[in-house]
Amino acid sequence: MTSHELVLISGLAATASGIPALLLGKKSNVGQLLATLGLVLANCVGVCAIYRWWIDGPIDPLLLPSPIENVSVSIAIDGLSAFFLVPILLVTAMASIYGLQYWKQSEHEESGQRVTFFLNAMTGAMILLVVAHDGLLFLAAWETMAVSALFLVAAEDHIAETRKAAWLYIAASHFSTLCAFGVFALLYAINGSWDFALLKETGTPLAITMAALAFFGLGTKAGIMPMHIWLPPAHAQSPSHVSAVMSGVMIKMGIYGIVRICTFFPEIPLSWGLFVLAMGTISAILGVAFAVGQHDIKRLLAYHSIENIGIIIMGLGLALIGRAVDQPLWVLLGICGGLLHVWNHALFKSLLFLGAGSVIHGVGTREIDLMGGLAKRMPTTANCFLIGAVAICGLPPLNGFVSEIMIYLGLFHVATTLESTAASAAVFAAPGLALVGALAAACFVKVYGMVFLGTPRSEEAARAHEAGRAMIGPMLVLAGCCALIGVAPILAAPFLDRMAVAWGGEAIGGLSIASSVPLIPISIIAAIIIGLLLAGTGFLLSRGIGNAPKRLTWDCGYAAPSARMQYSSSSFAEMLVKIFSWALQPKVHPPKIDSLFPPDAHFESHVDDTVLEKAVWPTTRAINWLFSWGRYLQSGSLQAYLMYILIVTVFLLVWR
Amino acid sequence: MFANLSVHTLIHIIVALIFPPFLLGVINRVKAIFGGRRGQPLFQAYFDLRKLFSKDSVFSETTTWIFRFGPVVGLATALIAVLIVPLGHPSAPLSFSGDLILLAYVLGLGRFFTMAAALDTGSAFEGMGSAREATYACLGEPVMFFGFLVLARVTGSLSISGLLGTELAAGWGGEAASALLLILISWFVVLLVENSRIPFDDPNTHLELTMIHEVMVLDHSGPALGLILYVAAIKLFVFAALIVRLALPLPGDYAGANLINWILFLFGTVVVAVLIGVVESVMARLRLPSIPNLLMGAGVLSLFGMILTLVQL
Repeated sequence: MTSHELVLISGLAATASGIPALLLGKKSNVGQLLATLGLVLANCVGVCAIYRWWIDGPIDPLLLPSPIENVSVSIAIDGLSAFFLVPILLVTAMASIYGLQYWKQSEHEESGQRVTFFLNAMTGAMILLVVAHDGLLFLAAWETMAVSALFLVAAEDHIAETRKAAWLYIAASHFSTLCAFGVFALLYAINGSWDFALLKETGTPLAITMAALAFFGLGTKAGIMPMHIWLPPAHAQSPSHVSAVMSGVMIKMGIYGIVRICTFFPEIPLSWGLFVLAMGTISAILGVAFAVGQHDIKRLLAYHSIENIGIIIMGLGLALIGRAVDQPLWVLLGICGGLLHVWNHALFKSLLFLGAGSVIHGVGTREIDLMGGLAKRMPTTANCFLIGAVAICGLPPLNGFVSEIMIYLGLFHVATTLESTAASAAVFAAPGLALVGALAAACFVKVYGMVFLGTPRSEEAARAHEAGRAMIGPMLVLAGCCALIGVAPILAAPFLDRMAVAWGGEAIGGLSIASSVPLIPISIIAAIIIGLLLAGTGFLLSRGIGNAPKRLTWDCGYAAPSARMQYSSSSFAEMLVKIFSWALQPKVHPPKIDSLFPPDAHFESHVDDTVLEKAVWPTTRAINWLFSWGRYLQSGSLQAYLMYILIVTVFLLVWR
Repeated sequence: MFANLSVHTLIHIIVALIFPPFLLGVINRVKAIFGGRRGQPLFQAYFDLRKLFSKDSVFSETTTWIFRFGPVVGLATALIAVLIVPLGHPSAPLSFSGDLILLAYVLGLGRFFTMAAALDTGSAFEGMGSAREATYACLGEPVMFFGFLVLARVTGSLSISGLLGTELAAGWGGEAASALLLILISWFVVLLVENSRIPFDDPNTHLELTMIHEVMVLDHSGPALGLILYVAAIKLFVFAALIVRLALPLPGDYAGANLINWILFLFGTVVVAVLIGVVESVMARLRLPSIPNLLMGAGVLSLFGMILTLVQL
């Protein structure tokens, strides 16, 4: 079988693999197990498809029989599709296995079947989405994915917050789908075919509209600031393994769409590249700034997705600038850095969401300030979460560092190349990325410290238990992948090269990533770091720290510190939130003291989504108000309706 | 990457391992002279280290392995950093295109674990120190990168050894001099904040509430505290080396083995230490709320430097 047939089987099988869960009853864990097995098998077929493609190289697109005349539906794997297939196949399989214990159907009889079925359906849709070779299949897969995700977000629809999040999600998602329809309708209008193909020119109004629709529409799915509004509530309210898939791979489908559509344009204006880079930088900085202010662990991780999407978009922007001014090295470093970050983010973000899921499973809340001291009660989860946290901050020797160094190197090459001043403006993104890195480190020290270190802040946290094997296993696999790419990035290089050629073609100028980025030195440094860590640990152990006596924490001589005296996540973030208060608009409700002997007081502070609160809700309220005028037409009296018909009939007669 | 396995590599490693605690002694001596005191011996930091390494430790019962591991990560990352930065020779033992990003991020890794170790104790004081360190790092990091960008623009190189190498002398003589001066000033501010010196933090303060770095390591004792002290010295040395190499670039016709450069370099780091001592003697610690303003000021200076080089070249 060819790679295309294999991937088609994989996609269809994954879509259908959830059916056993529907057939075998609400409380049946067997149905869930069969569905998960089916999904893992389907994903294995997908891996075989990639392997076949790797050996055979590109082959002609596979035409599927279509019921409509002159309309063809076709699939094809190229470097770009294969590159996005990898995280889809890995992360969905891991999340599905995790779900066996995290969202047991026997424990969630209301939503269990739904979650199992639609998670698998969404996986199949995503597989078909990235191999679609024409607008029709792309749109069909896109909508299947979007709607499946709705049912996943709304899993716990007895909670009002969840219903609200699901509404917001489906509204944003339909805006996105509408734009996607516009994009491919324009493609058809310009090229006369639904097939993915090069446009004749870039400068026409139609082509420019198409690019704008693609960026803003598909960017809504990806969660680029300020179109990110749906993302934090949807990620917070859905089951954690679903959040892992949504954040790890589903939002990347928006990135895939944008990246794919970029290949349709024969040339790219410099202004597009600069705009995309600026949007990426804003998204990255504000995404992480909002994350710092959160104290719901899943909302916090969701804002970090916005940050990382921003970093990916920065890479894309740099690549587009490179295409605009004919700088192959910028193109290569931008696209490889950005898309390797797609892999990396898929790995560490799904790892972090799964870790958060274990914590929530153990403690029963998403509130960081009610956790604490969990490293002692759930050590494996804590260590996996730590790996994810270090990786997402872009710190060596893990994978986040590799993709970020590529983007940095690209930006520094902008500084050393004497291009026009406009192109040089790109260098301002580099300090921005440095700021993002430092903020992310602050945020993840906060999360890790408040959740896993110190003493438990609630009784639930004190009683928490380690997650089961089906939950630990996937986390270990993902953590291992983070470490592997971080220590031996050269392994990803051939994949990156094929992807870059598929995306950039001649704009890459025959460069290869291994010769443009110091991948081997990164491995050597990683080895030295690990060696020094072992040596240092050995030194301390030889000085007898293993059996040192244990005493109370130093608290200025106070001998009875309580858990509530610890620094909380809000107090940790307070200074940073203040610095960014112009964007975050933090809300603080201090206690009022109005008597000589104040009673029990209550203090609360939170950071809401400024775009949602200040822009989207007022706009939708205004639209609602506007359309409420239409209600006067619908008075409910039959006479009035008969009169409307009369008026319209007369109008039509006269107009003819 | 290991281009110069020569006698200079050996000198580099020996100097990097042995010299840094001396700078702490210099700073203390300068402060003592300003205060009209005789001060501790110049080599006091070495005595302290020897004493700490031979002591036993006590740990808080709240802590996990993170607390013990923090100083080890600090040591590993500081050693990597000091191997990337060129000292008295044009190129450092570890040097490759892009190592400037590694320098910033490897120090970030050390900071991550220092802050995490502080939170591991569950003490509000250490939480405060950790939060402050995290905040100031966010403001200092972009300043470092503005400096790197200016240097990359001026020298056309992407490794620290290249940025601070022989090309730089031409930059000081040309149009870029004003931008380099701005970067020098802002980097000195970064040195002060990264090493928790006055006006950002008072290393000799006695009140936990006002500390930054010292409060994060309150609960460490014995060999682990010794490692922390040693790492702090190396980190100071790394930043001093960046400043010295930026201010005193090697001449363009540098020929190779030249011990005078080593002596000049070490003298330069001592001058930086004296400067720090002077700053600490004549200034008081800033109020916490005004610290971000000073850092943002440094950021704006370096931003101007960046704009100057973009326009000029």
